[in-house]
Amino acid sequence: MTVLDHRHHTAVPGWLPGATAPRTDPAPLLPDPAPVRVLGTPALEKYDPVLLRELYRRLVVGRRYNQQATTLTKQGRLAVYPASTGQEACQVAAALVLEERDWLFPSYRDTLAVVSRGVDPLEALTLLRGNAHTGYDPRATRTAPLCTPLATQGPHAVGLAHAARLSGEPAVALAMLGDGGTSEGDFHEALNFAAVLQAPVVFLVQNNGYAISVPLSAQSAAPTLAHKAVGYGMPGRLVDGNDAPAVHAVLAEAVERARTGGGPTLVEALTYRVEAHTNADDATRYRTGAEVEAWREHDPILLMERALRELRVLDDELVRDAAEEAEALAARMRAEFHAEPELDPMSLFAHVYAEPTPQLREQAAQLAEELAAEAEVQP
Amino acid sequence: MTTAVSPAAPARTASMAQALNTALRDAMREDPTVHMLGEDVGALGGVFRITDGLTAEFGPDRCLDTPLAEAGILGTAVGMAMYGLRPVVEMQFDAFAYPALEQLFSHVAKMRNRTAGRLPMPITVRIPYGGGIGGVEHHSDASEAYYASTPGLHVVTPATVADAYGLLRASIASDDPVVFLEPKRMYWGKDGFDPAAPVEPIGRAALRRTGTSAVLITYGPSLPVCLEAAEVAKAEGWDLAVLDLRTLVPFDDETVCRVVRSLGRAVVVHEAGGFGGTGAEIAARVTERCFHHLAAPVLRVTGFDIPYPPPMLEHHHLPGVDRILDAVARLQWED
Repeated sequence: MTVLDHRHHTAVPGWLPGATAPRTDPAPLLPDPAPVRVLGTPALEKYDPVLLRELYRRLVVGRRYNQQATTLTKQGRLAVYPASTGQEACQVAAALVLEERDWLFPSYRDTLAVVSRGVDPLEALTLLRGNAHTGYDPRATRTAPLCTPLATQGPHAVGLAHAARLSGEPAVALAMLGDGGTSEGDFHEALNFAAVLQAPVVFLVQNNGYAISVPLSAQSAAPTLAHKAVGYGMPGRLVDGNDAPAVHAVLAEAVERARTGGGPTLVEALTYRVEAHTNADDATRYRTGAEVEAWREHDPILLMERALRELRVLDDELVRDAAEEAEALAARMRAEFHAEPELDPMSLFAHVYAEPTPQLREQAAQLAEELAAEAEVQP
Repeated sequence: MTTAVSPAAPARTASMAQALNTALRDAMREDPTVHMLGEDVGALGGVFRITDGLTAEFGPDRCLDTPLAEAGILGTAVGMAMYGLRPVVEMQFDAFAYPALEQLFSHVAKMRNRTAGRLPMPITVRIPYGGGIGGVEHHSDASEAYYASTPGLHVVTPATVADAYGLLRASIASDDPVVFLEPKRMYWGKDGFDPAAPVEPIGRAALRRTGTSAVLITYGPSLPVCLEAAEVAKAEGWDLAVLDLRTLVPFDDETVCRVVRSLGRAVVVHEAGGFGGTGAEIAARVTERCFHHLAAPVLRVTGFDIPYPPPMLEHHHLPGVDRILDAVARLQWED
C-alpha cells in the first residue's frame, strides 16, 4: 500500500484496455461562475467575528508595512520594493489560513504574507534591502525563501507537500504566484505534478492585472486563470481578491481539502496592483489613472471597514488599536532600516558548499588580503 | 592523493550499469530518506536500466515514475530536499536535462547559499552523457561545462566500474548537490568492483597509468581512448601517463599539478567542444600554477565547436587516438 495507489490504471467502460477516455467529469472542477464575495453579502453574518477582526487588524498593519517599505525604498534604504499595496487581502489571508505545520512558498511580491506569518520585517526584507538573499530561517516558520524566478517555487511546494504526505504528516504547502507566472512552464509542471501525485498543495494566483506592464489580455486567453485547473484535473476557484473573508474562506476550504487527502486546488484571486511593479517602474506608461482610481474604490481595507461597521464588528477601539500597531511597526522599520546593516564580506564563502572547496579557500584568502589592505589605507 | 591503477581483488564483476544500479539499491536500503525519481525509472527500470528493480523492491513512493517534465522533476526534488529527503533524480539523456537548468542553476545550486546554510540541497542529478553510441540528435551532448561553471554544484563523472559504484555512493551521501555524469557509452563495459570498499571522497583524481614522457588529463568517456592512445604511443617512443579527474568540481589541483610538474608536458582530452570547455579551464589552471615546470604549452584535444553531429559522422567529431597522438607530437619535443 502506498500513497500513490490512486495512479493505477482503471478500466474505462466501453474502451480498449489502456485507452485514454475522459477520466474525470470536468463539471465539478470548473471555477465559480463569478468571483466569490463575502463582504456586503448576507454570508458575512455567518463569519466568526474574531476572525474578521483579526483580518482587519492584519490588513491595516499590512497596508502600513507596504507604505513604509515603499518610502524606505524612495529614501534608498531598500534596493527595490515590489509592493503588494492593494493586494493585502490575499497576503494576510494566505498567512492566516496556514497552521504552524504548513509551509508557505512566497514570491518576491509576498513579503507581507511572510511578515504576516511571523517573520520579522528586518529579516523578511533582506533580499530587497540587498544585505542578504534570505534573512530568515525558512525552517523556523516553515516559510520558503522569497522566490524571484517566476513560478519556480511551484514545483518546490509540490515536492515538499509530497514528501510530507509520504511521511504521514498532514502538512499543506501554499504557493503564491502572480498572473504573469501562470504563463511559465514551471507553473504548468507544478500543477500537473501536484494533481498526478495528489499532493496537498494550494496554488494561490494573485491576478493583479499586470505582469509589470503587460495586461492579462496579452498574457492568457483562458476564460479565467482558475479554468486552467480543469486541464490538470484539480478544482479551480475564483474569488474577489480584495475581499479578505472571501479569500480566507476559499483558501481555508482548499487547505482543508489538501490536508484530508483531497489533493491540490488552484485559486485565482482577482485583485489589483495599486502601486507600480516596483519603484523602478512607471505605471503611467501602460495604464490609466481612471483605472487605478476605480480600484482604489474597491480597496480591501475600505471594503472591510464598510462591511464590518455595518455588522458592528468593527468599533473605534479596534480601529485605534490597529492604527497604533501599524504606526509602531512603521516606526520600528524606520529605526531599523536607517541603521546600517552589519555586513561580513568573508561570509560570501561560507555557504557555497557544506565545506569550501580548495579553490574557494584560495579565493577567500585573496579577499581577506584585499580587506586587510583596505583596512590599512582606511584604518 | 592518487589511487592504485587497478583495484586489488575485486569482489565481483559487473557492467557500469549494474554497478550504478547496485549503488542506488544499497543507498536506498541503508538510508530511507534516499528517493529516486525520473522518467521511466519504475517498471521499465530506466531507458538504460540503471533503476532496474528499484520500484519492485522499494515501491513507487521511493522510486517514482514522474510526468515527463524535467524542470518539474528537479523542482519537486528541491521541495523534497527542503523537507529532509535525499532525492536522486534521473535525467533521461544529457540534452533532455536542459529544461531543468533553471531549477538547477537558480535553486539547486544556490539554495544553501541563499539561505545561509539553512536549506542544504543533498540532491544527486544523474545524467547519462556523451556520444559514441550512435544516438540521434539530442542524445549525445557532452554538457559538463555548463554544470562545472555553476557555483554550488559538484560535478562528478566516473570512468571505471568501481568508481561508478563508489562515486555514486559518495554523491548520494554528499550534503551538497552533485551532477553525476554517467558516460553512457561505458554503461556496458564490465570490470571488477567491491561494494564493501571504503567510499572515496569526491574531489580526488586517480592516476590510471604511470608514464615518464607526458600526461593525458581526461575524464569520463575519454579515459579508455586515452589509455589506448598511451598504449599506441609506446611504439612512437612516448611513455604517457593518464590521469582520470573523476571530479570536475571540486577540481583536484593538487594531484593534477603534482603530475604535471613531474612530467612537464600535458594534454587535456575531452569530448565537448574546446571553446569555453573544461579543458580551457584546466589548461589555464595548470599554466598558472606550473608554468616554470612546463616544457610545452598545455594542449587540448576536444570535440569540435559544433552541434553534436549525426551518428554516422560522430567518429569525426570525437577525439580519437590519432588526434591525441598528434597533440602529443606537438609538445615541443625538439627543445
